Amino acid sequence: MMKKQTHIMAAIVENKPGVLYNVSNMFRCRGFNIESISVGPMEPKDLARMTITVIGDEKTIEQMIKQLNKLIDVIKVSKLDPDNIVIREMALIKVHTSNARTRSDIINYANIFRARVVDVSQESLIVEVTGDSEKINAFINLVKPFGVKETARTGITALSRGVKSIRIEG
Amino acid sequence: MTKMSGAQALIEALKREKVEVIFGIIGGATLPIYDVLRDSGIRHILCRHEQCAAHAADGYARASGRVGVCMATSGPGATNLVTGIATAYMDSSPIIALTGQANRFSANTTYMIGKDAFQEADIIGITTPITKYNFQVKEASEIPKAVKLAFYIATTGRPRPVLIDLPKDIQVETAQMEFNNDVKIRGYKPTTKPHPIQVKRAVELLLMAERPVIFAGGGVLLSNAAPELLALANFLMAPVAISLMGKGCFPENHPLSLGVVGMHGSPTANKLILEADVLLAVGVRFSDRTVGTLDEFCPDAKIIHIDIDSAEIGKNVDVDIPIVADAKRTLETINQQLIQRLKKQRSSLWFDRVQKYKNQLQSLAESSSSGGYINPQKLLVELRKILPEDTIVTTEVGQNQMWAALHFKALKPRTFLSSDGLGTMGFGFPAALGAKVACPGRLVVDIAGDGSFIMTSQDLACSVMEKIPVIVIVLNNSMLGMVAQWQRFFYNRKYCAVELGNSPDFVKLAEAYGAQGFRVSSLNEFSKAVRKAMKSDITTVIDVPISPEENVFPMIPPGKGLKDMITE
Ligand SMILES: Cc1ncc(C[n+]2csc(CCOP(=O)(O)OP(=O)(O)O)c2C)c(N)n1
Repeated sequence: MMKKQTHIMAAIVENKPGVLYNVSNMFRCRGFNIESISVGPMEPKDLARMTITVIGDEKTIEQMIKQLNKLIDVIKVSKLDPDNIVIREMALIKVHTSNARTRSDIINYANIFRARVVDVSQESLIVEVTGDSEKINAFINLVKPFGVKETARTGITALSRGVKSIRIEG
Repeated sequence: MTKMSGAQALIEALKREKVEVIFGIIGGATLPIYDVLRDSGIRHILCRHEQCAAHAADGYARASGRVGVCMATSGPGATNLVTGIATAYMDSSPIIALTGQANRFSANTTYMIGKDAFQEADIIGITTPITKYNFQVKEASEIPKAVKLAFYIATTGRPRPVLIDLPKDIQVETAQMEFNNDVKIRGYKPTTKPHPIQVKRAVELLLMAERPVIFAGGGVLLSNAAPELLALANFLMAPVAISLMGKGCFPENHPLSLGVVGMHGSPTANKLILEADVLLAVGVRFSDRTVGTLDEFCPDAKIIHIDIDSAEIGKNVDVDIPIVADAKRTLETINQQLIQRLKKQRSSLWFDRVQKYKNQLQSLAESSSSGGYINPQKLLVELRKILPEDTIVTTEVGQNQMWAALHFKALKPRTFLSSDGLGTMGFGFPAALGAKVACPGRLVVDIAGDGSFIMTSQDLACSVMEKIPVIVIVLNNSMLGMVAQWQRFFYNRKYCAVELGNSPDFVKLAEAYGAQGFRVSSLNEFSKAVRKAMKSDITTVIDVPISPEENVFPMIPPGKGLKDMITE
C-alpha cells in the first residue's frame, strides 16, 4: 500500500454552468473522495479556477488528474507542490457570548489569531478567520467552550509561490 | 450566414457531417426536426424502442467506423436511449444522440426548463457519466457549432458517445446561421503521435524479448491498425492474444493467433499470456473480466501499453513503458524501427512452443457432447464454414456470446460486434440492423440467446418494414443460461429466476412480424436453414433448441486468476 496524503490540485475550467457538476460527478463515479473544493471566476472571465483538496496515494492522485484532464471542459490541471505553496481558507464563526466578559475574551483571541470581528449582537459575535486549515481548526477549538453556534468555511484555495503559474494558451 | 430555423440548421449541419441515416422514434419535442428531416434526403429508420435506436447507431458505427446517429424525443424517449448510450460508452463507440427537450420558454416567456414540464427529463444530468460530452443548446444560432463540436469530440481521441439536447422552441426559432469548419476546444487536445523515446524503449525491449506476446484490443480496430498489428506479429513471431473487444483485429485462423483472453477465454491465450516475458498491450484496458486477479496477471512480463487515453494507462495494471498515442501510428513507427534492426532470423523456440500448446489445448475446447441436442460449439464452427469472411456477426449477452467468442473465429476487422463492457442483453439484434444499414451488401448475423433476443425482438417490425434483412440464430436453452451456469457452479444448482420455458415460439414470433422463422433439430438442418436465410431478402429467425444444461468452458471462477481456469 502506498502512503495516503493530502494533495491540492488546481484545475482551470470553462466558466459555464454544469462544469462543477461534471467534475464532482466524475469524482463520485470513480469513487474518489473530495475533502474540499472551492471555485471562483478568474481572468479572463470565461475561465474559473477550482482548488480541489483530496486524500489519496500517489497512484490514485495520478488517476484523478488524468480523469480530470479527460473532461472536455477542464482545460488544465496541476498538482500543487506542498512545499512551495500559499494555502488559505476563510471561515466565519458565530460564537455565543453570554456576557461582556466572554465577549472581550473572544475578541482577544481573535486579535491573537489576526482574525476580525465582523458582527456583534447581544448574544453572539461573528469572527472572520483566514489562514491554513490548522489555524482555523485551532481557533474553533479555542472558542468551542463558549459555544459555537454556526460556522461557514470556504474550503481551501491555493497558489504556487514565486514566478510559477498555470498558463493557458490561446 | 443564412437565416433558417434551428431544425433546418440541425439537418444542414448533419448533412455537412455526411450523415446518411438516423435511427429514432419521433415525439412531441422533436416534431419540428422531423418536419425538416422528412424532405432532407437523410434516411430515417423508425425503430420500435429508443434503446434499439441507440444500439443500431452503435452497430452502424462499429461496423463502418463512421458515426452512428440516433434521435429520441424528450423525457421517456431520451431515458430509453440511456442503456444504448452506456453500452456505446463502455465499448468506445462513436455515436451521437440527439434528444428533444421541453421548451425553454412558455408563451408568457417564463423560463420553463427545470419546472418539471410535461416530458421533461434532465437528460444532461442523467447521461453525464456515460457520454464523452453532452450539452443542451441554449440558442438556435449555436446549433451549427454544436453539431460540429459533437462530431469532432465523438470521433477524435478515444471515440465515445456525445449527446445534444435540443429544446423544442430552439428548433423552431430562426437565426442567422454560420457553418464554420474549424473547431477549437481549449480543454481537448488528444495526443495521437507517440513519444519517440518511449517508442525507442519499446523497440529495445521487444528486440530482447524471448517470449513476447501481443495483447490487442478494441483500440486496434478503432484506429484501423489491423494491418500494422499483423505485420508486427509476423516480424516478431509473437503470438497475439486478444480481448473480447479485439475480436477481428487479428485473423483467428493465423498460426500466431491465441484467441481471446479472459474469464471465458481460450485455454491457449490464458495459458500462454502468463508465460510472456514482454507483453505488448495495445488498445486494451485490462478489464477485470479479462485479466482476472491483477497481481497474478503476467507476473514475469515487462509490459508496454499503447493507448490513446492516458487515463487507461496505469488504471488497472502497472506498466513499464506507457505510450499515449494512436495505435496505428505507434505500431507503424515500431514496425519501421524493427525492420531496420531485425537482421537475424528470430529463434523459433517460442513459436514452436506456441504451436505445440495450441494443438494440445484446442482439442480441450472442442470435445464436449450435448446429450442428443445440437452442440452450440460445433454449430458455431459449422457456421464459420458457411458464412463468407466478411459477414458481420453480432452477439447477445451470456453463453451465446462466450461460445461465439470462443468458437466463431473472427477473421476481419469490424466483423464481430458485441456488448463486452456493459454486457447489455438485447444489443445484438438492433446492432445487427445498424450494421446491415451501414453495410447493405454484406450478410449480418446475430448469434443470440433466447433471453436476450426477447429484450429487443420488437424491432423485428423495424427490420421487416424498413427492409433490413438480417439472420438471428437463437441458441435456445429455455434458460437465462449464463446465470443458470453460475447457479449450477456456485449456488449448488439451486435455480432461481432463470427458467424461461418455451415461450415464445420464436418461429411464430418471427412470422407474426412478417419475418421468416425456422426451427432446426440437427446440424444438417441448421446448415440448410442458414443457406436459405442467406438467400432471403427478409429477416430470418432460426430457433435452435439446445440443452438447458450446456456450460461455457473454460471458465475462471470469479475472484481467481487466469491460472485457475476450469476446463470441464
Ligand atoms: C439487460 C441485462 N439484464 C440482465 C443481465 C444479466 N444476465 C447476464 S447473462 C444473462 C442470461 C442471458 O440469457 P440468454 O440471452 O438466454 O443467453 P444464454 O446465456 O442462455 O446464452 C443475464 C440475465 C444482462 N447482462 N443484461
